[in-house]
Amino acid sequence: MQGFRIHTGRVAPLDRANVDTDQIIPKQFLKRIERSGYGQFLFYDWRYVAEGKLDPSFVLNHPRYAGASILVAGKNFGCGSSREHAPWALLDYGFRAIIAPSFADIFASNCTKNGILPVGLSDAEVAELVLRTTQFEGYFLTIDLEKREVRDQSGFLGRFEIDDFKRKFLLEGLDDIGLTLQQENDITVYEQRRRAFATPSST
Amino acid sequence: MSRPRTLFEKIWDEHVVCQPAGEPALLYIDLHLVHEVTSPQAFEGLRLAARKLRRPDLTFATVDHNVPTLAAERSVIRDPIAAQQVEALRRNCRDFEVPLFDIDSAEQGIVHVIGPELGLTRPGATIVCGDSHTSTHGAFGALAFGIGTSEVEHVLATQCLRQPRPKTLQIVVRGSLPPGVTAKDLALGIIGRIGTDGATGHVIEYAGEAVRGLTMEGRMTLCNMSIEAGARAGLVAPDETTFAYMRGRRFAPQDAAWDQAVAYWKSLPSDPGAGFDRVVEINAADLAPAVTWGTSPGMVVPVTERIPDPQHFPSEAERSAALRALEYMGLRAGTPMQEVVVNRVFIGSCTNARLEDLRAAARVAKGHKVSSKVQAMVVPGSQAVKQAAEKEKLDQVFREAGFEWRESGCSMCLGMNPDILQPLERCASTSNRNFEGRQGARGRTHLVSPAMAAAAAIAGHFVDIRNWKYRD
Repeated sequence: MQGFRIHTGRVAPLDRANVDTDQIIPKQFLKRIERSGYGQFLFYDWRYVAEGKLDPSFVLNHPRYAGASILVAGKNFGCGSSREHAPWALLDYGFRAIIAPSFADIFASNCTKNGILPVGLSDAEVAELVLRTTQFEGYFLTIDLEKREVRDQSGFLGRFEIDDFKRKFLLEGLDDIGLTLQQENDITVYEQRRRAFATPSST
Repeated sequence: MSRPRTLFEKIWDEHVVCQPAGEPALLYIDLHLVHEVTSPQAFEGLRLAARKLRRPDLTFATVDHNVPTLAAERSVIRDPIAAQQVEALRRNCRDFEVPLFDIDSAEQGIVHVIGPELGLTRPGATIVCGDSHTSTHGAFGALAFGIGTSEVEHVLATQCLRQPRPKTLQIVVRGSLPPGVTAKDLALGIIGRIGTDGATGHVIEYAGEAVRGLTMEGRMTLCNMSIEAGARAGLVAPDETTFAYMRGRRFAPQDAAWDQAVAYWKSLPSDPGAGFDRVVEINAADLAPAVTWGTSPGMVVPVTERIPDPQHFPSEAERSAALRALEYMGLRAGTPMQEVVVNRVFIGSCTNARLEDLRAAARVAKGHKVSSKVQAMVVPGSQAVKQAAEKEKLDQVFREAGFEWRESGCSMCLGMNPDILQPLERCASTSNRNFEGRQGARGRTHLVSPAMAAAAAIAGHFVDIRNWKYRD
């Protein structure tokens, strides 16, 4: 997996709360069996007015946010469906980090599995970042996972929390399954003490 | 005497394989349910890394999300991309020796309907599926939660998940549900009170007289929508209602194993004095049949009320979200909910497509006709539900009233199959999400109980089910 250490990039604001994964990527794009190529479908119903025709009023279509790699959004970002296609689409579009006051649990977990960093800042800090992106064209931020901080060049400094294991996992870009398989002996021992009736047996 | 523990803590402790210092616990998974949409990339990952599927005997698959619900369309799926996804699941199940309840099998159905039906879902178990509504299985006192595709691959390869320990939230519902108020109305009432992120980071345990009084199917409806309150999982402690439902089901323990299992399951309910991180109390008497008016399940009012005025919301974020929702929904603040006219009705989904749900809707429909301005469909949650309903002739009641009677699947809950809303169509739906475009681009969804949906189909607008003229 691609790791995350320090990232500097242009910031785009999506000033809405409860952005659900159906908005991030609508259902008609979940039928593909690949893991890549979902960026074109990101925020599909908001980005396009008709097939292939961009809606100029949608924030990500504004030229000043072209090439943005950091998204700032409202609380409870990524709620709803567990579809990992949502982080796949965000990543494929070019986003490496999402900053919001809070995230839905499954979405946040899916992000870190794909090297996207969900950064939780306070409501006030998020509001300040939204303001700065709209005030300064080409506004960019640096997200430093090692130091657990978000900073810009004009004095903004936000600190965020992330559990130590998740941080290490992202910093080192670890192979999650490989790591667990190192504990295979423990798993086998556990299986020997599982209750017999815990395994389904058809009659 | 050991420290009093909650139901959640007992299940968690039982499943910790190991907990290396500074890492989340490695949790063993008893049951992994698989469907066509969130699994192909996971199986492909196994192949690429030349890994084996550790426990095919704890893994069960079905097709539900993108299968057509018209009988004539089921043998050959016309959408080539959907057909390819179903075919991929068949190949993966063959290659990795996973039992598959395919589209033509008597066991096919929505993954969260068939798990309990087959006796795969048990108290005290850890259950995962690449689907957020896996919380449904918590009705049995199982720790059940939705996972992403990377985690699906992780479980396929290791039968474990590394999980940070969630907090616990007890929701106590005092008193019994008033007449006409169902588990769906309770779920919507809870979300309306605590918000769609009210339980983020928590596992909910539902308790209190109203919850004890629910049937297993009602408990499944309630736990199903835990995710809509932000919780990954919801739990109801197992009791005699649970055991009576489970006994004799195909994969349930039998004979001596049944007795051992029940003895263990009886030890699972939270101990007196066990502590929760948070407790929320709700009076059942305050609840009424509910209808959502916006684009989030928390935007909900009793059917007797009016559509709220966004200006009355406390924060700017809520005001702008409400304004945006009303614009999307094509509704005006102050309109009585019962004057809102619908043109589609969907009775189905993992929330409300079990036999009791269909009985409740059929009882309303009996002797009435669907409004000429409404297209209404009933999609049973599984083939078993469909057959049981047909045995009771519920299909005849629905057909005579003018409802379409379909084959089982997720259908218009998320519209991955051909069942979708057209732009601007307004739907009374027994499903779980009213997000923008959820049931079809620019479609408008109102979440209600099965009886409320059936009544809306007949009246052509929302009505208070408590005043319904039953003709049975």
